[in-house]
Amino acid sequence: MREITLSQAVNEALAEEMRRDDTVFIIGEDVAEAGTPFKVLSGLVEEFGAQRVVDTPICEPGFMGLAVGAAMTGTRPVVDLMFGDFIFLIMDQLCNQAAKTHYMSGGKLSVPLVLRTNMGATRRSAAQHSQSLHALVAHIPGLKVAMPSSAYEAKGLMKTAIRDNNPVVIFEDKLMYQDKAPVPEEEYLIPFGVANIKREGTDITLIGTSSMVQVCEKAADILAAEGISAEVIDPRTIVPLDEATLLASARKTSRVIVVDEGHQSYGVTGEIASRINEKAFYHLDAPVLRMGAMDVPIPFSPALEDITVPTPEGVAAKARMLVAGEMIDAA
Amino acid sequence: MANAKTNSEDYLRMYRQMVRIRTFEDNANQLYLSAKMPGLTHMYSGEEAVAVGICEALETRDKITSTHRGHGHCVAKGAEFKQMFCELLGKEEGYCRGKGGSMHIADQSNGNLGANAIVGGSMGIATGAAFTSKMLGRDDVAVCFFGDGATAQGLLYEVMNMAALWHLPVIYACENNGYSEYTKTEEIAAGSITDRARAFGIEAHQVDGQDVLAVNALTTDLVARARKGEGPFFIELMTYRYHGHHVGDINREYYRTKAEEKDWKENRDPIIRFRAHLITEGLATEDEIEAMNAEIAADAKAAVDYALDAKYPDQSEVDMHVYSGITHALA
Ligand SMILES: Cc1ncc(C[n+]2csc(CCOP(=O)(O)OP(=O)(O)O)c2C)c(N)n1
Ligand SMILES: [Mg+2]
Repeated sequence: MREITLSQAVNEALAEEMRRDDTVFIIGEDVAEAGTPFKVLSGLVEEFGAQRVVDTPICEPGFMGLAVGAAMTGTRPVVDLMFGDFIFLIMDQLCNQAAKTHYMSGGKLSVPLVLRTNMGATRRSAAQHSQSLHALVAHIPGLKVAMPSSAYEAKGLMKTAIRDNNPVVIFEDKLMYQDKAPVPEEEYLIPFGVANIKREGTDITLIGTSSMVQVCEKAADILAAEGISAEVIDPRTIVPLDEATLLASARKTSRVIVVDEGHQSYGVTGEIASRINEKAFYHLDAPVLRMGAMDVPIPFSPALEDITVPTPEGVAAKARMLVAGEMIDAA
Repeated sequence: MANAKTNSEDYLRMYRQMVRIRTFEDNANQLYLSAKMPGLTHMYSGEEAVAVGICEALETRDKITSTHRGHGHCVAKGAEFKQMFCELLGKEEGYCRGKGGSMHIADQSNGNLGANAIVGGSMGIATGAAFTSKMLGRDDVAVCFFGDGATAQGLLYEVMNMAALWHLPVIYACENNGYSEYTKTEEIAAGSITDRARAFGIEAHQVDGQDVLAVNALTTDLVARARKGEGPFFIELMTYRYHGHHVGDINREYYRTKAEEKDWKENRDPIIRFRAHLITEGLATEDEIEAMNAEIAADAKAAVDYALDAKYPDQSEVDMHVYSGITHALA
């Protein structure tokens, strides 16, 4: 199978959906000729024109709000938010307007929009361009949240998101844009709420989101060399969450580590861990562990930044302790 | 409906709609005072000529966005008493199945995209509705209602900038009733409100919001021009709310005098003024007007009685309409 980058995969998904449906349009800062600072959208304005690849002034709440109204009245906007960190600027439009309109109207109005943005540290971009804020929006009923872990997922999830009649937020890891993966030429969609078992194993389950899937896979390689069999699961969407697959794996291996790049406290790792505790407790041989980004603003210095996010070695070390029966941090 | 209302049928309809709003509000106020209505509500009484003058210049396909003080917009855009009272009382037959209530009432069948409990929250939505109209080659326009207080929100300036750049068919209708909550407009608005729109190159007008014919004539002209691509436009409508900020704001002399309220009610009331006009112009007799008023009062009473007896939504509806396409979000 051919291999393409995550950036090309997103671009292809958008182009295919825009060809398929005239009501799909892209809106955001420097999305047209510039194709975004990450060049993800290169070539789209040439094919679809400035009417459908719309450059905006620098006004995130404004164009997010405009997209909500456009979505309510018959179009399918794909909003480009240049950095995930800017999500704080659009919170009202996303969480008070887009997320609640369908409910507040008793199902009469819908907001079929996609918010594309990014996440991920270690790009030496410091505290306001490095955050992974997906847990913030996953907390809000009415929003769906997708976290592609490779080019394959990026394409399939984007196409599903555009066809979904709800507001969907997609977080792309900005360090993965140039990463290649096999992506079929034929059309495919990836359904929401269906986790992907990346690798089967029997001793421990490693649940990872976005780039943490690769971290978990590398940790599984390290562990395999030591005779520990790790199962790696990518939920692909955190809302909806494929709880059944995660629980089945937890029951099978009896040990779980959840790895995610959002801050560890009050985050995705805590949510998944507690669902497993509540529903698979009697199958567990060890506490479910959380590994998120350190609870500090992301620092600039590489020497500091690199220790704020989970690494394969770090995940493997914790896994080793769990399998050995060492109750981490348990009194 | 390219011309301002000039024949007697249209004039009588405008009068009827203003009386319907006043009557609706009097009943809603009574429901609150007799503790039959859950929560609070914001009365539109006194501002009827604004909603009616504007909405009578619109077609059903045109869109409006409304505010926390939204009953007037809803009635003026064509809503029925029965579903409105049901919504205010949280009943299943309400426009939003009781999920929105007074502050979120929406009636998409008549192009009302909804009231909004975030001051300024719908400015993006109205602008987006206009964006859809332009993108899909339709000729419908969007009217964004908001208060003088909402002009302090930055979102207004972000969306007016885009609307002006892209010539969107949107009319920003600022209902200047002299107060935002318990604060006078002159204490929160520097300079001129209309000049702010003009700074974006947007044609802006100030109009007597107690004169339904003046409001209607101006809006009819602007709507026709917006349909031809000459938008956006801005209107500041000088008006007054008779009640407190909300129904519970009874003792309000610390922020405005009884004499001021009396002056507006007795000398500038939009309904009294228009009624006198209808009679002097020979468009209706006193008897005909009294009969119309009585019929509206009876309609309202019947709708209130109906709503009081109507059933609440079944508790199983609580997790419905969280997501489009998912019947029960928590199933
Ligand atoms: C973002 C936000 N801030 C504050 C409030 C509380 N609030 C509700 S209505 C209101 C006053 C709005 O004044 P104005 O826009 O003039 O509308 P009016 O009530 O006069 O019709 C305020 C401050 C709110 N609902 N939303
Ligand atoms: Mg006001």
